[in-house]
Amino acid sequence: MIVEAGHFALILALFVAIAQSVLPLVGAARRNVGWMAVGRSAALTQFALIATAMAALMYAYITSDFTVLNVVQNSHTDKPLLYQITGVWGNHEGSMILWVFMLSLCGALVALFCDNLPAELRARVLAVQGMVGVGFLLFILLTSDPFIRVFPPPPNGEGLNPVLQDPGLAFHPPFLYLGYVGFSVSFAFAVAALIEGRVDPAWARWVRPWALFSWCALTIGIAMGSWWAYYTLGWGGWWYWDPVENASFMPWLVGTALIHSSIVVEKRDTLKSWTVLLAILAFALSLVGTFLVRSGVLTSVHAFASDPRRGVFILLLLIVVIGGSLMLYAIRAPNLKGGGLFAPISREGALVLNNVLLVCGCATVFLGTLYPLFLDAIGGPKLSVGFPFFNRTFVPMMVPLLLAVGAGPLLAWKRGDLAGALQRLWAAFAVALVVIAGCLVVTQGTHVLSLLGIALAVWVFAGAAVEWAERVRLFRGAFADSLTRALHLPRAAYGMTLAHMGVAVTVAGIAASSFAVENIQLVKIGGDIPIAGYTLHLARIEKVPGENFTADQAIIEVRRDGVQIGAMYPERRFFPLQQQTTAETAIRTNFLADLYVALGDPDHGAWTVRAYYKPLVPWIWIGAVIMAFGGMVSLSDRRWRVGVATGARGRMLAQAASGD
Amino acid sequence: MKGILAVLTVVLLSSAASAVTPQEKLADPALEARAESIGENLRCLVCQNESIEESNADLAHDIRVLLRQRLVAGDTNAQAIQYIVNRYGQFVLLRPPVEPATYVLWYGPGILLVVAALSTLIWLRRRARTDLATAPSPLTEAEQQRLDHLLRETES
Amino acid sequence: MRKLFYLLPLLAFMALVGWFALALRPSYNPQILPSAMINKPAPSFDLAPLNGGGNLSLAGLKGQVALVNFFASWCVPCREEHPILMHLVEQEHVPLYGIDYKDRPEDARRILAQLGDPYRLVGMDPDGVTGLDFGVYGVPETYVIDKTGTIRKRFVGPLTAEALRNELLPLLKLLNAP
Repeated sequence: MIVEAGHFALILALFVAIAQSVLPLVGAARRNVGWMAVGRSAALTQFALIATAMAALMYAYITSDFTVLNVVQNSHTDKPLLYQITGVWGNHEGSMILWVFMLSLCGALVALFCDNLPAELRARVLAVQGMVGVGFLLFILLTSDPFIRVFPPPPNGEGLNPVLQDPGLAFHPPFLYLGYVGFSVSFAFAVAALIEGRVDPAWARWVRPWALFSWCALTIGIAMGSWWAYYTLGWGGWWYWDPVENASFMPWLVGTALIHSSIVVEKRDTLKSWTVLLAILAFALSLVGTFLVRSGVLTSVHAFASDPRRGVFILLLLIVVIGGSLMLYAIRAPNLKGGGLFAPISREGALVLNNVLLVCGCATVFLGTLYPLFLDAIGGPKLSVGFPFFNRTFVPMMVPLLLAVGAGPLLAWKRGDLAGALQRLWAAFAVALVVIAGCLVVTQGTHVLSLLGIALAVWVFAGAAVEWAERVRLFRGAFADSLTRALHLPRAAYGMTLAHMGVAVTVAGIAASSFAVENIQLVKIGGDIPIAGYTLHLARIEKVPGENFTADQAIIEVRRDGVQIGAMYPERRFFPLQQQTTAETAIRTNFLADLYVALGDPDHGAWTVRAYYKPLVPWIWIGAVIMAFGGMVSLSDRRWRVGVATGARGRMLAQAASGD
Repeated sequence: MKGILAVLTVVLLSSAASAVTPQEKLADPALEARAESIGENLRCLVCQNESIEESNADLAHDIRVLLRQRLVAGDTNAQAIQYIVNRYGQFVLLRPPVEPATYVLWYGPGILLVVAALSTLIWLRRRARTDLATAPSPLTEAEQQRLDHLLRETES
Repeated sequence: MRKLFYLLPLLAFMALVGWFALALRPSYNPQILPSAMINKPAPSFDLAPLNGGGNLSLAGLKGQVALVNFFASWCVPCREEHPILMHLVEQEHVPLYGIDYKDRPEDARRILAQLGDPYRLVGMDPDGVTGLDFGVYGVPETYVIDKTGTIRKRFVGPLTAEALRNELLPLLKLLNAP
């Protein structure tokens, strides 16, 4: 009954989405207030309906309702409760429900929080969101319906893939999807602006929070995915340039470009058609990513089971949504008149550089990911593109970008003084040089590239610190004066500083990966394995039962200078249902470095122990969290909530925000 | 503080992470180093984007062993790689060779960057010129008076 | 002129869609790796037999069009293709030889006794060395070797009735023609 209700709710949601697509759009053209208002109520209703459908599916999983085919294929009564719930989105059909759930959530948020938008704009935005919803709901109902029944119900299900039975499953997809889908809002704004034929600084002020919100979610989602791979796969890798990883990285790159270029639209009323294009591109890349994962054209560990019908449907969706919006762009964008001019060396210039490098970087990732597909599809040789390609093409592009991140915020709008900015950054130069000199001494002249990476990270971090110090006039006046300024800085300024520092932290973590050490040995019970000044003592192996697995758990004592300072418990888990073995690594971190231990195969009473010591690796994810936190601080800036600020308050805020 | 010292002292001994088991490692460290560096560029065919050095799969193990056998038998790096490519095809190379079929792949990003940078510069120059060309004509007497009047109004 | 620039994203997108459409056609399967040994001489091998009857060697296969099937007792998809193999041997009278890949002889004997033995001869490849020489990356894989000992085709994964009908049997007919 509940499952039927969920199914029915989904179908109703489709009809509501259709109404949401048509009525507000027509209403905006005819200035019919009633029809425009339909957008708001439709968006809220759609969210309620899809939430119901999602709840119904979760209920089916929790109660192990094996009359539902999706539950049979992906669940089992022995599965722990956490995975009963989160396993809903561990498969294709369920993850599509998560997708439309996020879509309708964003629509509802627009309906609730955008009261200060002009009615026509909001109506058009909700209409475009509705159209995207129609596309995906049709996709679900026609090709990927999770509510299909099976009769008679089998006695039990096929269970969830053991690799997915991890807390990461609870968080990684929801954040990732929120990011992907969030870009549909900035996409909707872009299309609405094209329909209206007008992009002004006020538009950018409404678009930026949505782009920022999606960007934060995507940052966290990608970081979680990377961290999950790190502690699951057993040898400490955290990025593979796998097609699905790239599919999430590309919208992130364009999203970053979008956030930055919308600043220029808002402040200087220029780069308008470019920003609109970026907003379309960010969502387009989310959709292309969906296509790549679910159509079967690429092989990937992440790829869901492919069905050509699904591939065709998503391709049609792509053609309608992206082809349609790009056609609209080709027709309407030339009419968007540009505004303020600026010299190449200026803050706008630095932001343009930022955009050029990010978009070219994204194009590089795109090329590397899809080139094998392109070549293979036209009958060429089957190629493989991995780390070596991306290291030689993508990474060098990021170097000038990071240099600009340090110096750019110090340039003035319209016409900047680069020499002056660099002079003020002397402290940043000095710190970078000192750190590099120190590292060179320790590494004795090896790992030059990694050192350059660390130098860049220090430069970015110090540059952000210097910029903040300049803004609060630190050391240039009374300390109390600086303190007052610091307390009254708009939150967006802190957001920027934090986000840029987060980038520096992540870059340092990445650059340091080549400093990792390893020791892989066959160890008898009672034996030792030394690593990085620690001694790992394999005390014993215990058999540990789990809810749906049995595990061999190693008790490894961590000793330093003969004294035991802790213990680690890596495991090998065997899942009898799927006849699969997974490894649970043990990680001991002091946030400066990770001690990473994985248990390998047993061999006549001895066990293969893989021990790694990875300096600065935790910084990769800590940096991402700082980045996302910076984004959220920016989002909490009052100006977004107030909308277009007016009066004296507005002037003061505008002055502080432009950084003089 | 100890943590930082540990980090700093360890960097001397670094090497890439791998799944090579102790039994596979060659006795000769120079050969082993060659094997590892070649292996990092060979794809594990049954995994996603992992090299044979990184992967735990059986096939990866087999190819690692095969590679080391070839090196011990006296093959040069190129010969050992060719031996494996003869059996498994170009796909096994994680780093696609630079040949006509892959020119677009290897040179594309660089060319794109140059094109993008140039277009941006041209666009900036063109805008600066059109701005000068379409500068507004000077105000008439009446317009100037009206402007002064308005300015005085807002100042009071 | 300027307006043409705005058309570029749409044009680039259409090219992309064209490629995706090509990739979606049913005959394209990205999962399958084409063999690097097509139209090259098969690697020589000389394997001890599973059930007696002399070694299985490449030299022994010369002069006939033969199918060499890599299988294992632990391989689940191999069981799927087993009925097809039986059909090939019993109805189509195709010379089928098996190579038992990375397996224990007792297990292989057991499974053949259980399901039926379609092979004229089975060679044992316990360490997968012959597999490496052929470029095997999974089981089951089936190689078509012509009268001169050249590899003409590889089937990856279990043989299907469709593959038999559309590809294998026509090829065998071609190779067997005098």
